[in-house]
Amino acid sequence: MRSRLTKLATALVTLFIVSLVVYSLQELLPGDPAIAILGEQATPETIAAVRADLALDDPYLVRYVAWLGDALQFDLGRSYRTGFPVVEEIVNRLPITLELMILAQVIALGIAIPLGTLAAYRAKSRFDRTITGAAFGLVSVPEFVLGLLLIYYLALGLGLFPATGWVPLTQSPAQNLHHALLPALTMALPVAPVYQRLLRSDMTATLQEDYITMAQSKGLSTSHILFRHALRPSSFSLVTLAGINTGRLIGGSVIVEVLFAAPGIGQLMVQSIFLRDFIMLQGTVIFVAAAYILVNSLVDVAYGFIDPRVRYQDA
Amino acid sequence: MTVEPGTTTVPGPRPAVAPGVRRRARPARAARRSCRRSLGLLFWLSAGWLGLVVLGAITAPLLPIADPAAQNYQAIAVPPGSPGHPLGTDRLGRDLLARAIFGARISLIVTTSAVTIGLVVGGLLGMLAGYYRGITERLVVAATDAMMAFPALVLLLALMATLGASVQNLIIGLGVLGIPAFVRLTRANTLVYAQREFIVAARSLGALNRRILAREIVPNILPAVGAYAFLVVALLIVAEGSLSFLGVGVPPPASSWGLMIAEGRDSLKQTPWVAFIPSAFMFLTVLSFNLIGDRLREESDVRETTL
Repeated sequence: MRSRLTKLATALVTLFIVSLVVYSLQELLPGDPAIAILGEQATPETIAAVRADLALDDPYLVRYVAWLGDALQFDLGRSYRTGFPVVEEIVNRLPITLELMILAQVIALGIAIPLGTLAAYRAKSRFDRTITGAAFGLVSVPEFVLGLLLIYYLALGLGLFPATGWVPLTQSPAQNLHHALLPALTMALPVAPVYQRLLRSDMTATLQEDYITMAQSKGLSTSHILFRHALRPSSFSLVTLAGINTGRLIGGSVIVEVLFAAPGIGQLMVQSIFLRDFIMLQGTVIFVAAAYILVNSLVDVAYGFIDPRVRYQDA
Repeated sequence: MTVEPGTTTVPGPRPAVAPGVRRRARPARAARRSCRRSLGLLFWLSAGWLGLVVLGAITAPLLPIADPAAQNYQAIAVPPGSPGHPLGTDRLGRDLLARAIFGARISLIVTTSAVTIGLVVGGLLGMLAGYYRGITERLVVAATDAMMAFPALVLLLALMATLGASVQNLIIGLGVLGIPAFVRLTRANTLVYAQREFIVAARSLGALNRRILAREIVPNILPAVGAYAFLVVALLIVAEGSLSFLGVGVPPPASSWGLMIAEGRDSLKQTPWVAFIPSAFMFLTVLSFNLIGDRLREESDVRETTL
């Protein structure tokens, strides 16, 4: 229990540091932040307005505390480019990023679980070695290269999927899935080999256990033994890793969203870089960072509930 | 994306070794040793490719290739295999071979400088933490955990967008990104060696801590750290490529692989080679670094040397 509290405390401290770092970016803007935010054509009146709005004349720490107070009440300011509140924009785009992440996890696990199980069952066979080689190659393909290859062959070549673009889920669920599959596959393929390797190594250890021999001697079928007896005790590390990867996918979705023109949070982040929409950038970065840290620490804590062995070690 | 030791092969917590597995470990190791010889070809192919890339990157200005920035409107989007342009040109008529070689130059300068920062700073901190233990260790481990919990690439994206894209900022950013991974690795290795008999012997002979660290520990952990550096370079090449692809890495008109891929992306259907030739360079280089790092790591595995 104590270690779990320490983990949560660490997460909170990390969150605090991240918020400080992200807020300090404003100080790193070259020249007057107000001019950097508004652009060179800003009139003295609008600059004065922004300076008053962001309280730029106050000392740094005072401003930070005020900003943090607002952020804790889900107020991340208002974009000076579009006039929209940052939080509203994030909430509008969140479902798209979430959908891509969930779909990517489902595809990755859908590939990794059968292949990992089979590779463990036939460990060191030709099948196992082929999968190992393929996994090694796949891990070395950068995400944006993989995305371009998929677009070129599956979308432009075979015409199976639309190359870019997005249809909201509420408008047409079938069209939405059609547009989401390719970006989700791009996110899933680099992750799947990592899952597969982990499941394979855990499963090979499980298959050495006595109760597996027992099940075999009872004459149970191989598939029953593999999927009903061996899979569950072998999948604890996989579950943890998948959880941790959820946090990682939030960051990883940036490139995929830009590549496939999916209007999620990652695309919002990159767009605000190019529009020099600093307040929006700051808001999305702090949101993604907070989500990442929270998901990671929740997974860490939840691990103890999934695997009783960890819980007993704690006690 | 955070750089973490061992993400390329077996990530996450190491599975508990069941008694049955340990009994099997001996034949497995023997099998791996014989495997090593037959897989040697792949290692040497990777080393050959890396040698070519490094040589090309170093001697790029001396090579008989076109100017990577020269636009030639007589030869716009020429496909690979054309006379004068072995790998074709992009939509501004720039020679892709020349751009890929100069891109290798940028990629390697950025990633090797960054990995050096990570290795020296992270290695030093990890060694001190593993050797002195106590409060030093707790502080270093806490700081590393906090850095590992950062969504590093997203923060780097924001940092580059704020500071402005430049090679120097990129090196510092990626270097800091690599520090926590090296801290973990060197700390774990130092912990193992600090308890070995030869350290006790050195201490009982009156050696100072500084001497033990420099003369006894460093030479022993260096192979593992060096092998790991190859894997980190592979990750950093991808990170640099991603940032450049998004337009916040290496600033144009310099040629970087990520930037070239981004430029080819808009005309993927008409001129696919503009994007895929730098992609192939990047893939082969990352794969080579991964293969070599993986093989070297097997050679320098602490668990094998302590048995």
